[in-house]
Amino acid sequence: MSWRKKDTIGLNKITMSLADKLVSSFLAFELDTNILSPVHKIRTEAIKEFEKLGFPNKKLEAWKYTSLKNVLKEDYTIFSKKKNVLEFKNIKNYFLDNTETYKLVFVDGFFDPFLSQTNHDGADICILSAALTKPVYSKVISKYFDTSINKKDSLSLLNTAFSKEGVYIHIPENKILEKPIEVIHFATGNEAALMLQPRNLIVLDKNSQAEIIETHQSLTSNPIFTNSVTEIFVAEDAHLDYYKIQNDTLTSSLIDNTYISQEKKSIAKVHTFSFGGKLTRNNLNYFQKGSYIDSIMKGITIIDENQLVDHHTLVDHAKPNCESHQDYKGIYSGKSTGVFNGKIVVDKIAQKTNAFQKNNNILLTDKSTINSKPQLEIFADDVKCSHGCTIGQLDQDALFYLRARGIPKKEAKALLTFAFANNVLESVNIPSVKSKIKKIIANKLGVDLGFDL
Amino acid sequence: MLSIDNLHVSIEGKPILNGINLDVKAGEIHAIMGPNGSGKSTLSSVIAGNEDYEVTKGDIVFKNENIIELSAEERAHKGIFMSFQYPIEIPGVSVTNFIKTAINANLKARNESEMPANIMLKKIREKAELLGIDSKFLSRSLNEGFSGGEKKRNEIFQMAMLEPSLSILDETDSGLDIDALKVVANGVNKLKNKDNAVIVITHYQRLLDYIIPDFVHVLHEGKIVKSGDKSLAHELEEKGYDWIK
Repeated sequence: MSWRKKDTIGLNKITMSLADKLVSSFLAFELDTNILSPVHKIRTEAIKEFEKLGFPNKKLEAWKYTSLKNVLKEDYTIFSKKKNVLEFKNIKNYFLDNTETYKLVFVDGFFDPFLSQTNHDGADICILSAALTKPVYSKVISKYFDTSINKKDSLSLLNTAFSKEGVYIHIPENKILEKPIEVIHFATGNEAALMLQPRNLIVLDKNSQAEIIETHQSLTSNPIFTNSVTEIFVAEDAHLDYYKIQNDTLTSSLIDNTYISQEKKSIAKVHTFSFGGKLTRNNLNYFQKGSYIDSIMKGITIIDENQLVDHHTLVDHAKPNCESHQDYKGIYSGKSTGVFNGKIVVDKIAQKTNAFQKNNNILLTDKSTINSKPQLEIFADDVKCSHGCTIGQLDQDALFYLRARGIPKKEAKALLTFAFANNVLESVNIPSVKSKIKKIIANKLGVDLGFDL
Repeated sequence: MLSIDNLHVSIEGKPILNGINLDVKAGEIHAIMGPNGSGKSTLSSVIAGNEDYEVTKGDIVFKNENIIELSAEERAHKGIFMSFQYPIEIPGVSVTNFIKTAINANLKARNESEMPANIMLKKIREKAELLGIDSKFLSRSLNEGFSGGEKKRNEIFQMAMLEPSLSILDETDSGLDIDALKVVANGVNKLKNKDNAVIVITHYQRLLDYIIPDFVHVLHEGKIVKSGDKSLAHELEEKGYDWIK
């Protein structure tokens, strides 16, 4: 590691110190985990690569607008020593109302069996630590685990190196899951600063269906840094409906790396609702590996103060006759910053591709910023690709119109905000998710929910 | 009900209204006519509380209270309604939900409880019928893709729902064919009673064949230069605006 000591810029040194700490913790981690596990080699390779690359910095094009400097400066505990006990009644507000779900709950990085309901009846809804060690899962693990991630992405590599716990979901052929799966990662503040690295593997076999809701929730003001990796495989004719609810505290940061591989005629839909957190980076990557695939990405971002939300999407259209639809809405106030970077690659054999991308933004204050960039790399000639980006303010004439009918300014602004975000909300299929999102938005805008759209 | 005294209004430093005096009592219909650019729409916007305009002098007293400092929503709560010349399109908000939100916001401001859903629906149905509005229309996004006639009809529908004391109809006749004009005028007449008042702002006399004014005022260069009864409107129709300048 001596070459790194040559770095003379103070901030780099601080950044490196967390990287160094991680690298040096790895050995202890491996000894402590199962060194005989088939993924031992994968982890070891990953830490070597991470050691070479380090954390991303602003010199990298993909990290031009998002600096991790302030997130990395904390002295994070890499593995929490003790398990905190949470009582359901104290955290039940974080779950969906009036909806029966399979629950997978993690507390400070540990699986909590008392708050969770795992399932093996007709589908495996359980945890990665079991899947990585029990022989019954080894076939699925060797087929899928770590096969889709970007081996040049240092954060994904870092997560792989420390991959130990997270969600393991396997829906077999023709199974339509009747209840949604709720995944919540709690942080309780039992460490002064804690880093979490959940690793999730989700496999939907042919013609199966599942709905999944993922939340990261800190219950403390201690700094929390989550670097999550989720690999999802959606087989032929399977249908995935995934919701990410990001409404964490202002001392929590999240890097979400999601990789979705789709086979022919499958549909994979991801809604990302970003309202909370200090820094949130979503790397949402879709790989289309068959024909007649539909990939759908939708997002609503509403942030203020010094929050930053960065959506980096990638759709790799590698086969003919597929579609992708992206619709991201953002509303920024305070000194908040938004980033949208939507990359669409259309391979030369991917004829008849339809790829649509929309990113609409409202800046409510002079000091808020949005950096929006479409990135289209099209090598086929018979394709339909469109992208549109708008940046504006709330329509003052519309505001006056509503106020002239007696709707107070704050409520009028909220109504216009809901209207702006409405077509994203409309595609939410689980009513209790929709009402939860509406409630969070109303809360965020400081209004009573006096209207439904 | 409404008393405007020596009202001067500017926009971005440019004077538009130069000393308007107007008295409107409950039960009356007033028409304000004038050529383009005379300040008609400015007057209605200022009464409704549009903050783009700056009142440099004078008072607007409504129900014995000076409302110059009040916001648009506070004026609406007191019973002032303006039918917009160009109603705004608001995609994503249906007509029904918009009107529900507006009614409940007004009730809340008056410390009254929300209108029960069944009563609201009944009222919506009743008023829609009065204005010949199809129920399908009510679930569409507010004014989005509406024809000129549909937009104006929707404005009068909102007036019918909100039951204001003072209604200002800003160029409600523009963009309407004669049948739509009759429907709108008929709606206004049915809503009229001894306790409310209407100000009709129009360039042309034809709406005044259907909504009969008690008083007609002619606005020119930001001042009321002539007032009279309904015969003044006919005179303007024959002679044009040149003779009063």
